[in-house]
Amino acid sequence: MIPELGHFALIVALLLAVTQSVLPLIGAQRGKASLMAVARPAAQGQFVFVALAYACLVYAFLTNDFSVENVARNSFSQLPEVYRITATWGSHEGSMLMWVLILSLWTTAVSVFSRHLPDDMVARVLGIMGLISVGFLAFLLVTSNPFDRLVPAAPDGRDMNPLLQDWGMIIHPPMLYMGYVGFAVAFAFAIAALLSGKLDAAWARWSRPWTTVAWAFLTAGIVLGAWWAYRELGWGGWWFWDPTENASFMPWLAGTALIHSLAVTEKRGAFKAWTVLLALIAFSLSLLGTFLVRSGVLSSVHAFATDPSRGAFILGFLAVVIGGSLVLYAWRAPKMVTGGAFTWFSREAMLLANNVVLLAAMGSVLLGTLYPLFMDAMGMGKISVGPPYFNAVFVPVMAPVLFLMGVGPLARWKEASLPDMASRLKWAFAVAVVTGFLLPLTLEGFNPWATLGFFLAIWIVLTGLLGFRDRMKNGTRLTSLPRAFWGMQLAHLGLAWGIAGITLVANYEQERDVRMNVGDHTSLAGYTFTFQGTTEYDGPNYRAARGTIEVSQGGKKIATLHPEKRIYNASGMPMTEADIHPNFFRDVYVALGEPLDDEAKSWAVRVFHKPYINWLWLGAVVMVIGGFLAASDRRYRINVRKATAPAGAVAQGS
Amino acid sequence: MKHWIFAFLMAAALPAYANEAAPNAEDPIIEQRLVKMAEDLRCLVCQNESLAGSHAELAEDLRREIREQMKAGKNDKEVIEYLTTRYGDFVLYEPPFKPVTYLLWLGPFLFLLIGGGAWYLTLKKRRALEQQPLDAAQLAAAEKLLQDK
Amino acid sequence: MKRWLPLVVFLVLVGFFAKGLFLNPREVPSPFIGKPAPDFALPVVGNEAMVFSPADMKGRVWVLNVWAPWCVSCRQEHGVLMALSQSQTVPIVGLNWKDKDREAAALLAQQGSPYFAVPDDVSGKVGIDYGVTGTPETYIIDKAGIVRLKHVGPIDGEVWKNKFEPKLKELGA
Repeated sequence: MIPELGHFALIVALLLAVTQSVLPLIGAQRGKASLMAVARPAAQGQFVFVALAYACLVYAFLTNDFSVENVARNSFSQLPEVYRITATWGSHEGSMLMWVLILSLWTTAVSVFSRHLPDDMVARVLGIMGLISVGFLAFLLVTSNPFDRLVPAAPDGRDMNPLLQDWGMIIHPPMLYMGYVGFAVAFAFAIAALLSGKLDAAWARWSRPWTTVAWAFLTAGIVLGAWWAYRELGWGGWWFWDPTENASFMPWLAGTALIHSLAVTEKRGAFKAWTVLLALIAFSLSLLGTFLVRSGVLSSVHAFATDPSRGAFILGFLAVVIGGSLVLYAWRAPKMVTGGAFTWFSREAMLLANNVVLLAAMGSVLLGTLYPLFMDAMGMGKISVGPPYFNAVFVPVMAPVLFLMGVGPLARWKEASLPDMASRLKWAFAVAVVTGFLLPLTLEGFNPWATLGFFLAIWIVLTGLLGFRDRMKNGTRLTSLPRAFWGMQLAHLGLAWGIAGITLVANYEQERDVRMNVGDHTSLAGYTFTFQGTTEYDGPNYRAARGTIEVSQGGKKIATLHPEKRIYNASGMPMTEADIHPNFFRDVYVALGEPLDDEAKSWAVRVFHKPYINWLWLGAVVMVIGGFLAASDRRYRINVRKATAPAGAVAQGS
Repeated sequence: MKHWIFAFLMAAALPAYANEAAPNAEDPIIEQRLVKMAEDLRCLVCQNESLAGSHAELAEDLRREIREQMKAGKNDKEVIEYLTTRYGDFVLYEPPFKPVTYLLWLGPFLFLLIGGGAWYLTLKKRRALEQQPLDAAQLAAAEKLLQDK
Repeated sequence: MKRWLPLVVFLVLVGFFAKGLFLNPREVPSPFIGKPAPDFALPVVGNEAMVFSPADMKGRVWVLNVWAPWCVSCRQEHGVLMALSQSQTVPIVGLNWKDKDREAAALLAQQGSPYFAVPDDVSGKVGIDYGVTGTPETYIIDKAGIVRLKHVGPIDGEVWKNKFEPKLKELGA
């Protein structure tokens, strides 16, 4: 009953989405207020029904209803409750339903926080988002119904992939989806601007907080995925340039370019057409990612098992949405007359350079990800493009924009002089260069990559501090600096912190792969690891061999780690569960390999020393905080207040 | 008799001394070469995993094969050639630099160049905008706007 | 006209994606097409004294089918191969790949053998030499010992008719 209710709720949601898109868009085009007014209630109604459908799916999983095919394929009676909930988004069908849920959540948010926007703009934005919902709901109902019944019902489920039975599964997908689905808002604002022909600084001010919040969520989602891979996969790596990882990274690069371009459009009214195009590109990349992961066109560890017919549907949808938006752009963009002049080293010029580099980086990732497909499709053979390519190409291409992060925020709008800036920055530059060069020498010797990483991280930090100094010159207190400024600083400093972490761990990590009997010990980076053997135990849905390894430093015991080797009951799949002792300066990471004898008394053990790896995660947290902080700046909230104040009240201005 | 008891006790006590764990691999130097190479090779039966990390049987077979080749004195280039002769370039995660992949390797730098060119041209245009002073009609229109407030 | 550029780029990409839906990203093409079949000398299943080598087949067009007793798809393919071994004259050599449990002899005795010879590749080394990644995989080798075709996956009636027959005919089988 409940699954059928969920199915029915989706159909109602689809009808509401159609209403939400068709009527308001016509209303906005014709200036009919009654039609435009349909948008908000339709959007909110759609959310209610999608949420209801999702609740039905959660119910089916929680009650182990194996007559629902999705539950039978992805769950198991012994699966812990929390993972039964996450299993709702662990499959293609379920994750598509989550996509739709999060899209309707964003749509509802826009419908609520848009009182200060003109009616026709709201109608168009909600209408466009509605069209996207229509496409995805139709896709769900026609090809990927999560409520399909299995007849006869399965006695038990096939269990969720053990790799997904982890903390990371609880938070990574929702955050990620909040991010790249959130770019639909910027997309809708851009289309609305193209349709209405009105694109001014106010438009940029309205779009900006939505885009920044989506960007912050996407940053969190991507980094959570990396953190999860690091902890879960047992080989100590955290980024593989897998097509699905790239599919989330490309919208992030475009989104970062977009938030910077919006800054120029908001402050100076320039780059209008370009910003609109970027908004279209960012969301198009999100949609492209959805296609790549589910169509079987690329080989990926993350890919959902799907068939080409579903891929064809998504491709068709993509062609209509992206193709349509680009046609609209080509037709309407020339009508946007862009703003004033600016000179070579002005902030506008620096931000334009930021966009150039970020898009070149994005293009490189796209090129590498799709090149095997290009070659295969043209019958030119099959190649693989993996980490060696991306690492070799990405770092040099990104380095310029990381350098510019020090210059841009300090450059004046409209006009800046190079000699003036050079003299302001020369000390920061000198310190960064010298430290960058000397630091590797004190560690393991000359290392150009480490030098580059250290130079950039220190450069960004020092120039960031210069930014604070400049702003506080007239006695302004730290706490009265605008949130937008704080947000920018935190985002930049967080990134620098992350870069420092990446540079240190990538260049100075160590590992050892040894054979250990009970009582054996090994050393790495000043730590001694003593193997105390393994014990067997039964987990909720697995059997495990639990190792005990004592870690000591300088004779003093600092931790006892328990890496495990598990075999999951339903699937028989083996899994390595590493154990980590983290602190601010390093992770000590231990994983069990294979038992080397029949009684499992002797094991292959891998131990890792990962210096400063937690700086990656901490730096990312700071970046995300910066993003949210910037989006909550006064000038975005003042408009909301202004709209609710009585007419005739003096505008506060920001 | 006493020294026999002593010897026996010593022998029995020996296993109790903690041992330094031996490297898992027979030859750590070759193993290091193997892991470094295998990280950049594709596991052919996996959904995008490296040969170094995969637990698949074919992956273990190939790692064993590589180990043997290295033990037989082959250098890295020869081992790679051994693999590509049998599996093609598909097994390499680092695509070779051949005419068919020139676009792949040079593309990113081309993107930067083209982008840089676009940046330069856009800025030239913007500066040109600056140089144009307002003409009489535009000045009059500006006056009027200022009067209207 | 540069405002149309994004659309054009996108449409080109869509073209590639559409084509991509019909391709298999994990299928490894064989680098041996047009090259000599790697040499080997393996004992034959059921008669360890006898040794099989590709050189034995010089002068004839022949088919090398890589299979294993533990491989489920090979069981499906077995029936097709049995029929083929009776209906046509191209010899099918069955390379027994990684048969650690020594099940091949019993299986073939029980179900019949479509094979001209069954070289025994226990370690899988010959398979690696041929670029085998799984079973079943089948090669056509011509009279001069050059590999002319590789098929990944089980052979069924359709595959034989549309892929193998034309090639065999071309090679003068």
